[in-house]
Amino acid sequence: MNLNPASKLIPAAVLLALAAFPWLGADYYTGLAVKLMIYAIFALSLQLLVGGAGLVSLGHAAFFGIGAYAAALLSPEAEAAGLAWLLGAAVLGAAAYALLTGALALRTRGVYFIMVTLAFSQMAYYVFHDTGLGGGSDGIYLYFRPQLSLGGWLPFDLDQPGTYYLFVLACLALTWGFLAMLARSPFGAALAGIRINEQRMRAAGYSTFPYKLTAYVVGAALAGLAGFLYALKDGFVTPELLAWEQSGLVLLMVILGGMSRLGGAVLGAAALILLQELFQSQALFGDYARHWHLPLGLAIIALVALLPDGLAGLPAQWRARRAARRPAAAPGADTADAAAPQSLPLSGEPHA
Amino acid sequence: MPEAMLAARGITRRFGGLVAVNDVSLDLQRGTVHAVIGTNGAGKSTLINILSGELMASAGQVLLEGRDITAWPQPQRARGGLGRSYQRSTIFPALSVYENCRLAAQAGRQRFWHWWRHAGDCAHSAGQARHALERTGLAASAATPAGLLPHGHKRQLEIAMCLAGQPRVLLLDEPLAGMGPEETERILALLQALKAEHAILLVEHDMDAVFGNADTITVMVNGSAIACGTPAQIRANPQVQDAYLGEGPCTH
Amino acid sequence: MDAGIFLIQCLNALQHGLLLFLVASGLTLIFGIMGIINLAHGSFYMIGAYMAFALGPLVERWTGGGFAATLLLCVLLAALLGYLLEAAFFSYLYRRDHLQQVLMTYGLILVFEEVRSLLVGNDVHGVPMPGWLSGTVSLGGVMTYPVYRLFISAVGIGVALLLYWVITRTRLGMMVRAGASNREMIGSLGIDINRLYRIVFAAGVALAALAGTIAAPVSSVYPGMGHGVLIVCFVVVVIGGIGSIRGAFLAAMLVGAVETFGQVLFPAAAGVLVYLLMALILLCKPEGLFKQG
Repeated sequence: MNLNPASKLIPAAVLLALAAFPWLGADYYTGLAVKLMIYAIFALSLQLLVGGAGLVSLGHAAFFGIGAYAAALLSPEAEAAGLAWLLGAAVLGAAAYALLTGALALRTRGVYFIMVTLAFSQMAYYVFHDTGLGGGSDGIYLYFRPQLSLGGWLPFDLDQPGTYYLFVLACLALTWGFLAMLARSPFGAALAGIRINEQRMRAAGYSTFPYKLTAYVVGAALAGLAGFLYALKDGFVTPELLAWEQSGLVLLMVILGGMSRLGGAVLGAAALILLQELFQSQALFGDYARHWHLPLGLAIIALVALLPDGLAGLPAQWRARRAARRPAAAPGADTADAAAPQSLPLSGEPHA
Repeated sequence: MPEAMLAARGITRRFGGLVAVNDVSLDLQRGTVHAVIGTNGAGKSTLINILSGELMASAGQVLLEGRDITAWPQPQRARGGLGRSYQRSTIFPALSVYENCRLAAQAGRQRFWHWWRHAGDCAHSAGQARHALERTGLAASAATPAGLLPHGHKRQLEIAMCLAGQPRVLLLDEPLAGMGPEETERILALLQALKAEHAILLVEHDMDAVFGNADTITVMVNGSAIACGTPAQIRANPQVQDAYLGEGPCTH
Repeated sequence: MDAGIFLIQCLNALQHGLLLFLVASGLTLIFGIMGIINLAHGSFYMIGAYMAFALGPLVERWTGGGFAATLLLCVLLAALLGYLLEAAFFSYLYRRDHLQQVLMTYGLILVFEEVRSLLVGNDVHGVPMPGWLSGTVSLGGVMTYPVYRLFISAVGIGVALLLYWVITRTRLGMMVRAGASNREMIGSLGIDINRLYRIVFAAGVALAALAGTIAAPVSSVYPGMGHGVLIVCFVVVVIGGIGSIRGAFLAAMLVGAVETFGQVLFPAAAGVLVYLLMALILLCKPEGLFKQG
């Protein structure tokens, strides 16, 4: 991860733009921006797994949903809950489920891991969908947003849309900053090595399981945070938040944005949410807007096929294409090696 | 007789019905180079995988400085001083040469929970990395992305990464693979320099290099060790001559 | 549970397991031979069922044929669809990594669902059972069991035997077995890889569609039917081991039993039991019970 000025300026610029937004945009667009920020946190949390540790999880929505349900289930019906402990419960609930299922799922590799994470998230989905816990398939409501109460004094009121917006923005900024810090730490460096070549890291003396499990749990905790914020947004939570379609969607956001940069996740979240808005727009598609899954599906196929490095990797892709067109070509296969996208571990080769 | 730094006792490994390694024993002494040679399929790779911990032996013991490490997983052996380099370069192509070594060195002091620190600031891994790069002569290319190195330098980096972890025993799997004569000389000189402080196990096909640089040679055929001795003894051994019918030291 | 009900549940478990096997065998073959993880596999099951619904009346009108003719037509069309899909889309996925395959086939699911929605709509439909199969059979004079469910089991067993015969006794099967344990090798053996892949893929699609078609009269035809089947089949493949037909069969029987008896014994936890089973097996055997290669 290069530390040139751009990599610090761009996130700062994005955050400032988001901060200024409510005063410039209409209500609907402010709501959209909140959704975008929440999904950005969700995507960043998965980015830690996929782009950081090389763990492709198709069940990340489970943690998002657990965070959301924790917020809704634990909030009393008649009054606001305490913000600190409700947020803590949501994050810890997601982390706990991740610890249990991760310890098992991480015994598998490659495609098995993808399928196992999907299965574990289905398990959580069924718990919320079929059992009495939380209103079944109809979902449940959260009536009062939690408040931070310091001995009776409220430093800010989350019921105010402007305050809530800034709270979400702050969570996004903190998440982004935390993950950037983590990536630069010894833990992050080791995680990157595990992603590139786990066997080599083991040969060097790293026990890789604790690293992967920790990344999995931290990613889950942050997804739980995103889910918590989502529950606060409209006050309504359904089991569909844990469905595999959500897991696929957030995975898409990470890939679409570009796995090698943190900002890619934010970019991917924005791109996918805006694409969804676009294809659902009745102004453009009239009655056919009902079938917005079709153009979305085609767009997904095209984007994944044409942008192996995602949107954040576009500048590098253009540069490489221009360099390849110049007559004095770069030396042989080694350059191609260095510029090629990182490929993930394939089918489960057993390791001792 | 000084205690062997690494000892293998009766190592056997079965894959279903196939016996890949059959009751092989050897000793690695500090200050020596012990080469393992054999035809393709003789079980050399399996043996080195068992010694390094990537594969578990079906029977037998592995002892590191007297301790029984047979049940230890590979990372634990590496932290215990057992370093290994691979036949096919397993460097990290996207990282710089320096970062490759630093990351390998970090294994010695992982600082797992120190999330607020900058990995590059760690004095221990930085020092080890620089030291390893100097010993292998790669200090000049420290900032180059490892994927852009010429093949010979990649093999050197492979050894540098191994050294960065401060091992006491080195398991080198065909370090000379694909190297030209000049690069081969360089690596062999490095091996001689490293010999003093380490015990080195060398799996190699290059007979000139082996007979010119090894103190002890073990010959493996079809999974069994058929001979073990000094280069002169091995050259004179009739069984070895049989096994290598027609293949003299100068074939490669 | 008395003996009569137990017998009925056993028969249900057998039928459910065999249906799962039909779908999972295609999934595991396609992954084992071609290395593709295909999220859209459940959609083929859905397509088979919707074809039964949509084509049944047409077949009757044009040819006067009944259920058997519709079934045959559906399977042939599905095989053709699979053959064309492989050439037009899936062959581009072989070189991509699993992540890209997952996402591109995810996009494909969306496309399939919407195309179905455009062509046939989103309603739930029933498919009439053929007259000659809609009776019941008496079990020891005390209980009765629907003939049609026995028919499903019979088809499942028949296909399983057919697959066994093809894989162990024919040249095609030999290539499939070689490919499942070592994909890189079959290319160097001078076998026409592209045709082999296309045939295997078509077979996988046909199997899934067959399952959907024969299940339709019993389960009815509804939009989400592909997704539920897909994920359970993933569990079957994980438990059985990728690339192993034998593993898929045994795992499907196991999962079928757990799901069927689970629904009767622990209705509240029924949806979760299968995943608990998977978790338990992973504790002991992370690569499945019969991993190939």
